Amino acid sequence: MPVSVIPFGPQHPVLPEPIHLKLTVEDEVIREAVPALGYVHRGLEKLAEIRDFQQMIQIVERVCGICSMMHSLCYVQGIEAMMGIEVPPRAKYLRVIWAELHRMHSHLLWLGLFADSFGFESLFMEIWKIREKIMDLQEATTGNRVIVSVNVIGGVRRDLSPEQQRMILTTLKDVEDEVRRLEKTLLDDYTIKKRTKGKGVLRSDQALELGCVGPVLRGSGVAKDTRLLGYAAYNELSFQPVVEPDGDCHARGKVRYREVLQSIDLIRQALSKLPDGELSASVRGRPEGEGTARVEQPRGELFYYIRADGGRQLSRVRIRTPTFANLPALVTMLPGVYLSDVPVVVMSIDPCISCTER
Amino acid sequence: MSMEAIAVSPEHVVGACAERKAAGYRFVTMTCVAVDEHMLDVLYHFDKDMELEHLRLRIPKDSCVPSITPVFFAAFLVENEIQDLFGLRFCGLAIDYKHSLYLDEAAPKAPFCKGAVDASPRPGGKPPGDPESSE
Amino acid sequence: MFSMAPSLMRNFFSKKATRRYPQVARPPFADARGELTNDAALCTFCGVCAAKCPSQCIRVDKKSVSWQYDPFACIYCGICVENCKAKSLRMHPHYRPPTVVHEIIVLHGKAPGAVSRKD
Repeated sequence: MPVSVIPFGPQHPVLPEPIHLKLTVEDEVIREAVPALGYVHRGLEKLAEIRDFQQMIQIVERVCGICSMMHSLCYVQGIEAMMGIEVPPRAKYLRVIWAELHRMHSHLLWLGLFADSFGFESLFMEIWKIREKIMDLQEATTGNRVIVSVNVIGGVRRDLSPEQQRMILTTLKDVEDEVRRLEKTLLDDYTIKKRTKGKGVLRSDQALELGCVGPVLRGSGVAKDTRLLGYAAYNELSFQPVVEPDGDCHARGKVRYREVLQSIDLIRQALSKLPDGELSASVRGRPEGEGTARVEQPRGELFYYIRADGGRQLSRVRIRTPTFANLPALVTMLPGVYLSDVPVVVMSIDPCISCTER
Repeated sequence: MSMEAIAVSPEHVVGACAERKAAGYRFVTMTCVAVDEHMLDVLYHFDKDMELEHLRLRIPKDSCVPSITPVFFAAFLVENEIQDLFGLRFCGLAIDYKHSLYLDEAAPKAPFCKGAVDASPRPGGKPPGDPESSE
Repeated sequence: MFSMAPSLMRNFFSKKATRRYPQVARPPFADARGELTNDAALCTFCGVCAAKCPSQCIRVDKKSVSWQYDPFACIYCGICVENCKAKSLRMHPHYRPPTVVHEIIVLHGKAPGAVSRKD
């Protein structure tokens, strides 16, 4: 059978961001996939050399537009560990609340795009309609819709007033009802199952070997969640990693769907336990040494390496985003898949390309 | 605060990674840091049961590091990234982009090395609306 | 197969999820970070906002007593407002209206002596 090479992307209706895949195709079946990056490389890590370590918070927030809160959380936790700053308990709980709001809006965004990838437009709009409520919550509580910019070294910049807490709880109730209403469609619909079940299968041993993270890893039946490290206030909240054993696109969608409900539960727990007290600790001196920090982002484990030599600027900030870890898995998943299923499989890892290239 | 990292030599780095793979470690990522104008630190990060372990390889900028892609295929992206940004070469890469993963031909070579591009802090910042700075 | 049908029916008979934007605008949230303004009468031109700004969109010249702000480079983080000792910087909850010109806001204070003198 003759082999042909088909370019997929960088501009493709299903891709929100530019990534190019060189697909070697034999009669509609993918034989090999090679990714090509470099369309949105910005060199943000280099900015650490000219901005001081406080201003870097706003820079790392701009690594990703969807999970900006998690990037600044990971960065400030790394700096706090380096400088030995103890964050006040209220700030830790507030960080959890905003982080989980971010996870919800990111997963809802992805669920919508996933529905779009197999052409289910009305489901796409339905999910994004729900997501808009979370965006409004973020704007009302932090001041900005997407890049919430609430973290500072030593704590948070904003507080939640009792009315705002009530507003979060009532909105979450609405969101929960609406998300549960979509459960039957998302998980049991005949067409959706036909398009996603058994597509892009990744076994658990493959997932571990390729260093996958987040919903891709948990969708393959591995119970790994960086939140179990107990950073911020996660050690005081009760939750179990969401795991699905099948390792196909449907399983990865199911993990994200169930994580939306898990986030609602975590926000409720955090609000019920929210302690009183200070919002931030005082910061004296400058960071020195080297260290790493990890948080669980919506797409998986986010890893920061920070090195400082006691100056105003850091000497190195290295950001390993979850999509960077999941791209090798995509290369492994695609061979054997039909060309028409490529958009679904590509979307299933939740690619975030500008994060990956930074 | 200092991070504990096990020092390895270029000959032993692939073996050390293979040992960790056999012991059930997950490959997290690699980090390259410019120590000074000539030396680079390449750090290998592994995770097992939520605990991180680091390997440190200190080598001159113009040397060739054995690629660990035969052991951990997932390292091909990060090794290509280091090749692009630091100019370090990796021998035996599974997929070699030959310095074209992120940068095109017109871009400065090895921009993340010390002294590669002018990154001196500009006090007071750039003038707002400076025509040169509007990309 | 018809699991979306109840949702569809509900959408037919429920209130619209969108609004006719220019005619009907949602009131801004009280704490939203929108337009940034500076009150030249209160400003001491100390330059702290320019030093703290992560996007370097503010420039303060002490010699000519001027404050320059590029709203197109601003990232609306509100760091300058938090660090303003004179409380002259303010963030309003509404956003800046769209424009077709790249406008740079320049404010001038009085002569340096007059600014620091307080009666």
